[in-house]
Amino acid sequence: MYRSNVLVCGGTGCTSSDSLKIVEKLKEEIAARGLEKEVNVITTGCFGLCALGPIVVIYPEGSFYSMVNIDDIPEIVEEHLLKGRIVTRLLYQETVEEDTIKSLNDTAFYSKQMRIALRNCGVIDPEKIDEYIAMDGYAALGKVLTEMTPESVIETILNSGLRGRGGAGFPTGLKWKFAAANDADQKYVCCNADEGDPGAFMDRSILEGDPHALLEAMAIAGYAIGATKGYVYVRAEYPIAVNRLQIAIDQAHEYGLLGDNIFGTDFCFDVQLRLGAGAFVCGEETSLMTSIEGKRGEPRPRPPFPAVKGLYKKPTILNNVETYANIPRIILLGADWFQGIGTEKSKGTKVFALGGKIEHTGLVEVPMGTTLRTIVEEIGGGIPNGKKFKAAQTGGPSGGCIPPQHLDIPIDYDNLLEIGSMMGSGGLIVMDETTCMVDIAKFFLEFTVDESCGKCTPCRIGTKRLLEMLDKITKGQGTLEMLDEMEDLCHYIKANSLCGLGQTAPNPVLSTLNYFRDEYVQHVVDKKCVAGVCKDLLEFSIIKDKCFGCSMCARQCPADAIKVTDYTAPGKKKPAYEIDTTKCVKCGACLPTCKFGAIVKG
Amino acid sequence: MLKKISSIPFAGTPEQEAELKKVIAKHIDDPGAVMPVLQEAQGIYGYLPIEVQTMIAEGLNVPLEEVYGVSTFYSQFALSPKGKYNISVCMGTACYVKGSGDVLNKLSEELGIEAEECTLDGQFSLTACRCIGACGLAPVITINDDVYGRLTADMIPDILAKYKD
Repeated sequence: MYRSNVLVCGGTGCTSSDSLKIVEKLKEEIAARGLEKEVNVITTGCFGLCALGPIVVIYPEGSFYSMVNIDDIPEIVEEHLLKGRIVTRLLYQETVEEDTIKSLNDTAFYSKQMRIALRNCGVIDPEKIDEYIAMDGYAALGKVLTEMTPESVIETILNSGLRGRGGAGFPTGLKWKFAAANDADQKYVCCNADEGDPGAFMDRSILEGDPHALLEAMAIAGYAIGATKGYVYVRAEYPIAVNRLQIAIDQAHEYGLLGDNIFGTDFCFDVQLRLGAGAFVCGEETSLMTSIEGKRGEPRPRPPFPAVKGLYKKPTILNNVETYANIPRIILLGADWFQGIGTEKSKGTKVFALGGKIEHTGLVEVPMGTTLRTIVEEIGGGIPNGKKFKAAQTGGPSGGCIPPQHLDIPIDYDNLLEIGSMMGSGGLIVMDETTCMVDIAKFFLEFTVDESCGKCTPCRIGTKRLLEMLDKITKGQGTLEMLDEMEDLCHYIKANSLCGLGQTAPNPVLSTLNYFRDEYVQHVVDKKCVAGVCKDLLEFSIIKDKCFGCSMCARQCPADAIKVTDYTAPGKKKPAYEIDTTKCVKCGACLPTCKFGAIVKG
Repeated sequence: MLKKISSIPFAGTPEQEAELKKVIAKHIDDPGAVMPVLQEAQGIYGYLPIEVQTMIAEGLNVPLEEVYGVSTFYSQFALSPKGKYNISVCMGTACYVKGSGDVLNKLSEELGIEAEECTLDGQFSLTACRCIGACGLAPVITINDDVYGRLTADMIPDILAKYKD
C-alpha cells in the first residue's frame, strides 16, 4: 500500500511536452528522499485538459498540478509529498478558491461532464491489466460468458439504444443482430481505430488510456455474433496507442482473457492489430476491410453489407473505439441505466475533441443533448482574447459548420443532421470572427481532394471541380452563378458517390453556403474577406496620422513595398510611410513590427 | 496523391536483404500480408524502391502490380528516400518574389538533383514546400531543423559546405 499516488498524464499531448521526463524526475526525487515505498508514480491516459499539460495529479488529496515544468518537480516532492504542504502556486488555478482547494470534479471543465467511455482515462495505468481489473475490468466479459446467451447480449445492446460513435449513428445492437443471423464457418469483429479527421483525437485517448476496455468489448461482441477473431485497425501515426494495445493484448493472453477457453468456457477469441498507412478513406467500413486484406483501401458497393459479406467475404461487424468503450458498462449496469442518459433517440454520452479558438483545448465527454453553448462557453471556457464566436465545426471533412443561432440546440445525431452538420466521430473545432468560412470550406475540400481514393468519378472529379471554384472565389475571381453551380454540384456528388467519403465531402461547402452565404457574396461581389484571411482580397495600408516614421516596417518588408512619404503627421517628427499595393505581396510581415497600430489590413 | 519515384540506384545491403527475408517468412502465411511487410520493409530500408517491392512480391508470391498498387495508395509509404539532411525551400509568395526560385535552382545545380529527389550518396534531399510563415526572413530554407533566412543564391555553396561530411 502506498500513502500517496502520483498520476502523470502519458497521453500524446502531455508526452509531447515531456511528461515522461517528469515521471523520471519524480521517481528520482522520490528515491532521493527515501519515499519510494510510500509514494507510487503512475503513468496514466489522458485527463482531457490537454491545453494545460503536462498534468500531474496527486491522490489522496486530488491536487491537480497543471503545466508542470520539470524544474518544479523537486519542490512538489519536497513540499507536497514529504512535508504534506500542497504547492498552491503550481495548481490549476480554477481549483484554488481563496483558502480552499476545490476538487477537480467541481471545476467548470469537469462538472458538466459525464465519463463513461473515458471512465478509466487518467485514472488507471493503461499498461497494467490489474488496474483495469480493479475497476471492474473484464467483469462484463465474465458475466456475458457465464450468465448470458448471445441473444440476450444483443438484446441488451439493442435495448440500451447505443448508436455507432463513428459518425453515422447506426444502432449498434442492430448491426450485431444482422451479423449474428448469418451462418458462416468464420466471422470477424473489427474495430475502427483509424481516426483520420483533422482535429480529432477521441479514439486515440481511449486507446492510450484504457486499451483493455476495447479488447473486453470486442470479445463480448465476438461471443454475441459467434466470431472467434478480431482485428483492430489502428493508425500507424499513433505509436503510443499501438504500443499500449499490443501490451494489453499480451497481458490479456497471459491472464486467459483472450485466447482459448476464456473464463473456462469453450469460447475462444483472439485479437490482432493491423496498422493503417495514412489513407483517410480507410475510415470507411468497406475500405477498412479491404485494407486489412492487405489491398489498396478502396470502398466496395453495398449491399452486400459487411454483416453478410465483410472481411474476407465473411460476416463482419465493425464498430468504432468509442462505441466499444461503452459496451462493458452497458453489460454491467444494464440497458435501462444507459437508456436513462441522453435524449429520446440518442442515448448515452459523446466524447468531443475540443479544438480551435477555445480556452480549454482538450477532450470532453458529455451526455447527449448537452447544448453547444454549454460545451463552448462553460466546459470549453469560451473564446480567447475576447473574440466573438462565429461557428463550430463538427464531423471534420464530412460535417458542417454550426452558426451562433444554433448554439442552444441539444446536440444529438438527429438534431445535428437537421441543421446540416453531423455528429461525426467527435472533432469539434471552434471558430471566431477571424476565421473565413470560404477559406474553411476550401481547407476541407483540399483535404478530401487529396484523400479521395479515385475509384468513383463523382468524388474524384467532382470534389476537384468544387475546390477549383472555391479557389477562384477566395481569389476574387468568383461569380454569383458560381455559387449556384457549386450547390448543384454538391448535391450531385452527394447523390452519386460510392462511399461515405464522397457522399459527405460536399457538406462543409453546403453548410457554409447555407449559413454564411453573405460571406461568399462579399468575396464575389465586394471582393472582400472580412475575416482578413484570403490574401488576394486583402489590402495592407498605413494610417499616416498614426505613423511615427520609425521605418521598422519598411526594413522588415520582403518586397520593398513600403516607402517613406513627404507627409509628417501633426505632432510627429519624422515623415510617415506608405505601402505600395502594387508591390505588396500581403505576407503580413510588417504588421507585428508596428508598435503604434498604424498598419491595418482589410 | 502524387508520388515521386526515386531515380537513385538501389543500394541495399545483404544484411538488409536477410532481414527482409525474415520479415517475409514471418508473414507469409498471414492473409493480407502485403501491408505489414511493406511497413516493416520501409523500417529496414527507409523507403520502398522497386527492387524491394519486387523482393516482397516474389517472397509473398503476389503480383508486383498488387504490391506497387498498395505502396502508391497509402501516403505513409515513401518511394523516394530522404537524405541525411533534408532541405526544404519555402515557395510561399513572399519568398518567391524575393527569389526563392533562384535559391532552389542554385541548390538543384549544386547538388545535382531536382526537387523531391535525393543525392546519390544519401546526404541531401531537396523539397519545395509551402509557406512556413517566416515571411519576414524571406527567402527561407530549412535544413532539418536549422532555418536560414534572407538568402541569395550565391550564399548557398557556403551553407551547403557546413553539412558536407
